[in-house]
Amino acid sequence: MDALPLVGATFCFLLSFGYTVLVLAGGRFRLGAANMVAMAGGFLLLSLSLWQRGRVEGSCPINSLFDVLVFMSWAIVLISLLVGPPYRLSLMGAFTSPLVLSILLFAQLAPIGRSAAVRVVRDPYIEFHASLSLIAYGAFALAGIAGLMYLVQDRQLKRRKGGVLLFNLPPITDLGIANARLLWLGFGLLTVSFAAGFLSGMPVNTLKFWTSAAIWGIYGAMLVLRKVHSLPPRRTAALSVGVFVFVLCTLPAIQHLSAPQ
Amino acid sequence: MNILCAGINHHSAAVDIREKFAVATHELEGVLGRIRTIDGLAGAVIVSTCNRVEFYAASVCPIRVMDGLREYLNERTENTGSLLYTHVSPRSVRHLFRVASGLDSMVIGETEILGQLKQAYAAATECGATTRHLNKLFQHAFRVAKQVRSETRITRGSTSVGSVAVDLAEKIFGDLSGRKVMILGAGETSERTARSLVSRGVRTVIVANRTFERAAQLAGEIGGLAVHFDHWHKTFDEVDILICSTAAPHPVVTREKLEPLLRSRDGRPLFIIDLAVPRDVEAAVDDLENVYLYDIDSLEQIVRQSLEVRQAEVARCEQMIDRHVGSFVSWMRTHIDHCT
Repeated sequence: MDALPLVGATFCFLLSFGYTVLVLAGGRFRLGAANMVAMAGGFLLLSLSLWQRGRVEGSCPINSLFDVLVFMSWAIVLISLLVGPPYRLSLMGAFTSPLVLSILLFAQLAPIGRSAAVRVVRDPYIEFHASLSLIAYGAFALAGIAGLMYLVQDRQLKRRKGGVLLFNLPPITDLGIANARLLWLGFGLLTVSFAAGFLSGMPVNTLKFWTSAAIWGIYGAMLVLRKVHSLPPRRTAALSVGVFVFVLCTLPAIQHLSAPQ
Repeated sequence: MNILCAGINHHSAAVDIREKFAVATHELEGVLGRIRTIDGLAGAVIVSTCNRVEFYAASVCPIRVMDGLREYLNERTENTGSLLYTHVSPRSVRHLFRVASGLDSMVIGETEILGQLKQAYAAATECGATTRHLNKLFQHAFRVAKQVRSETRITRGSTSVGSVAVDLAEKIFGDLSGRKVMILGAGETSERTARSLVSRGVRTVIVANRTFERAAQLAGEIGGLAVHFDHWHKTFDEVDILICSTAAPHPVVTREKLEPLLRSRDGRPLFIIDLAVPRDVEAAVDDLENVYLYDIDSLEQIVRQSLEVRQAEVARCEQMIDRHVGSFVSWMRTHIDHCT
């Protein structure tokens, strides 16, 4: 029974993805309310699943790689629902649902640790640090998606062939702005989360510290260079995709090193 | 009750014939009044645009009404009434649905015709010339047009070089209000393109031409600024869209010239529309980051693509229209008015 909300959420994202593929294959590029309903339904079910898991674990449910992946999926959907409509980034859902679906399927099907290691000492700073880091990664994921959309649109414009994708993706300037703002959001959240981590005074594994510092430093450097116009929007977009892939790859190691002993 | 349609359009008659049939707005009431005197005619709507003049009528005696209509048009158009095509329902219903959906237009899928049909119908209603069947027919036609446009790709893409350029500019910059355009070489196509951009909110247009007087004239017409041709690069800093159409035999905008100008743009994109033949912009310019270069061939290719997409959608639209014709004809069968 406990797994039902998560399975339901996965099904919602599968529906959203399938609907998107059908719509795009039919030559229409307006995802409309059906996609939004599927995404919102998935988000509610993910929230329910996290709440159940939190009750069982007696803490914020981020104590295993399985938990971390589910929590990050929740953060990605949350930010996409918050950012997509106001920026009128039509089709952002089309790029978000396959990413979330892949993460959720991996979490449920791959042989990864599910049992939560329960912390002996509960520290609100540590929980705040860990959960905020994952929300920051959600923002970086969305920045990566906006970056990917930017690169696709750039390629469409450079090809000079027109085509339905070109005329249905958002304007490239808007994608560049969204990409930069999401990077700022993620960076701000990550900075606050690291500050909370330091305040907790918890002992930190050296490898984890330097990996996290490298991620923070890379995003910070990207933003500074973008601010002083030394990093053009196209390269920022490409880097935000690449760095997020790196973050995803290092996530299991960081989670393993962060797990309470 | 039958729905009749008699008319001429761009398929059946040249403009010199069409203009004889045209019914100006101020004549409409008189012409409607005159044709309503035709024996057996219950109501009528006249559609008169640059590409078609069509008379839709409701009658239980189609042959008599059609003869009367021909007789009137022969009087009005110096015996060219024989050029008319005529349809009786269900073909007339199908014809109106196709017209409303833009399938019978010169540019397939164009949307202006729907507005013109609505105006024609409103004018006939105001004159009290419509009947229950005509009301139902036109309301149904508007619904069909809406459905065809929203459920198929018949209106997809732009069908002129100017509108493609505007669409591309919007895909680069989003909102065009506040954007700056520079015209290098004040040709006719560049002028039309600039006007299209201004109509979408472009704030400033800078015109540079070999003949300064021509630049000043065009700048005056579209509310822009004229600069000497040799100084165009000095005012380039804030330009977002560059339209080139000079008669120069060699490239005017080269990578070497443009690269230093781009450094001060803070990563803002630059859209270059090269309408000149031979081309004004060196091909290597397209390799620059944030620069999107479109020449006349690439713009025309996008126009052709749009037309092909629309053409490929015609069969789907026809199927939709056939279903609607069936449903309208069924309604007519259940609402029979008898000849009096």
